Amino acid sequence: MTPQHAHSVVEPSRRSKRIAAGFVIPYAVVSMLPLIWILLTAFKSPPDSIAYPPKLVFKPSLIGFCNLFHAQSRQTADYLAAMPAPDGVCDAIARERSMVIVGPSNFVPRFLNSVMIAFGSTLLSLVLGVTAAYAFSRFRVRGKDDLLFFILSTRMMPPIAVAIPIYLMYRELGLSDTRLGMVLLYTSVNASLAVWLLKGFIDEIPREYEEAALVDGYTRLQAFRKVVLPQATTGIVATAIFCLIFAWNEYAFAVLLTSGRAQTAPPFIPIIIGEGGQDWPAVAAGTTLFLLPILAFTVALRRHLLRGITFGAVRK
Amino acid sequence: MRVTAAPRRVRGLSDRAIAWLFISPTIALLLAINIFPLLWTVWLSFTNYRANRPSAPVHNVGFDNYTAVLSDPDVWGSMQATAHFLFWTLSLQVILGFTLAYLIDRRFRGHGLWTTIILIPMMLSPAVVGNFWTFLYQPQIGLWNYGAEFVSGVPASSFTMIGSVKLAPWAIIIVDTWMWTPYVALICLAGLRSIPSYIYEAAEVDRASKWRQLWTITIPMTMPFVMLAVLFRAIENFKMYDMVNLLTNGGPGSATELASITLKREAFEKWRTGYASAFAVILFVTVFGLANIYVKALNRVKTR
Repeated sequence: MTPQHAHSVVEPSRRSKRIAAGFVIPYAVVSMLPLIWILLTAFKSPPDSIAYPPKLVFKPSLIGFCNLFHAQSRQTADYLAAMPAPDGVCDAIARERSMVIVGPSNFVPRFLNSVMIAFGSTLLSLVLGVTAAYAFSRFRVRGKDDLLFFILSTRMMPPIAVAIPIYLMYRELGLSDTRLGMVLLYTSVNASLAVWLLKGFIDEIPREYEEAALVDGYTRLQAFRKVVLPQATTGIVATAIFCLIFAWNEYAFAVLLTSGRAQTAPPFIPIIIGEGGQDWPAVAAGTTLFLLPILAFTVALRRHLLRGITFGAVRK
Repeated sequence: MRVTAAPRRVRGLSDRAIAWLFISPTIALLLAINIFPLLWTVWLSFTNYRANRPSAPVHNVGFDNYTAVLSDPDVWGSMQATAHFLFWTLSLQVILGFTLAYLIDRRFRGHGLWTTIILIPMMLSPAVVGNFWTFLYQPQIGLWNYGAEFVSGVPASSFTMIGSVKLAPWAIIIVDTWMWTPYVALICLAGLRSIPSYIYEAAEVDRASKWRQLWTITIPMTMPFVMLAVLFRAIENFKMYDMVNLLTNGGPGSATELASITLKREAFEKWRTGYASAFAVILFVTVFGLANIYVKALNRVKTR
């Protein structure tokens, strides 16, 4: 192809491309600075993390991660002298600051709660979402538009407004501070997203495929399972990631309805405190570990991002 | 696989049964966890119930809670703070988001990669974001203040973003804009890409300037997308709780006390459940009503 053919009249000129890049790339870099700063802080020692002027070059330290994973207590010099040699990196770091590791911190259980609640509610939302979406897509359902709008409108309520009666209801049912309670709650929030997104994806699968299967003697359910579901895999995966991200990031319900056993990471990370105020390297370490899966998801979702954030209203 | 083709209605469930079977679990869950609580909130809003005193006698107080909410200066203060927050976040995000989308749509080399990078902030947990921005906003040691000193020469220790009544509303607007501009940009980008290139070709033939093309083609044709982005952002920010709760917790004083923060204080700190429920109902009716009016306007723009 010669250049004349490659560029139509509407193709931006080389100059305008350069100008565009000259604004977009710096914007991207500046908007990444807060995240880069958190990543750096995760590897700083506490004094380095609050140094003025802020330190760009520093001696990397694992103290943030150690404090994140281990509960410690301060001991007297005599007590420390009587202790056996430090066992492992974190123990050695703690000893230098005259501390002793007394056990694991709550971070791992909170993180695992986040994982279990996010995956549990995602799985349930998908089961509910894919079946409801199929029915809305393929059958004539009475009051379909009203039902779909009703499903969407449940998203408009401020979480705190619903949290009052849910708090009371869970207290009655014994679901307060349980993983099951949180799974059900997040499923109810995610169901609307799942139904709307999956309906869009299933609408795009030609009906002829199922009809051919029905003619071949499949029942509706078999056609759904063996024809529609495999065709909808991409859509299901994209929807799953959106549900996971919501449940992973959710804070308002988590902070009001959980306090211990079922607490997830978002309400936990802000309350990590060290001696004399917030332990920024530990908070940054927790934040980094918490955000990493989301970064991976964002990259994986690139192509479907738009659909997910607009409830399927914009499909590119 | 079966070979004989029996009539459909005989084998398996009928389509109606399947539709019912497939839809009802979702509706049941939403009724149990969304609608039932909502009705309960409505009921509570007419009572003097307090969640921290479950055994105290509960009686009907009529519309007392509603009149109390509507005549409460704190409530109006929080509505004002919410309006300020909404106005500035939406304006900034639309202007920045549209500009970014327009520039990305110039399709410079590597624009795909940079777009993905730009999108990252909107995927993060607002609570965790609010929490780490308190660190970035620290006077003196914080990256923000240091950056401000670097750019403008104002000493980093001379101001505090979240400690000052004047700056705190801007502190939350900045974080929200940082986080959600990519969202508006992504939707605008879809709008820009939906414009068929023959329209621009025709404009070129007519020798319309680039500037004129922007105002007569690009902006009108992306308008429905911009409005959709505004709708989603407005609903989300009207409900805003997590990021602000961790960044400023409504403070200093009540400078950043948005509607949801006031609601949380009334419901879970002062435990005035009936009063908070009335406020929640008023908020929900407001969002729902405004969203409906807005969607009508949006549909008019779309069909034009």
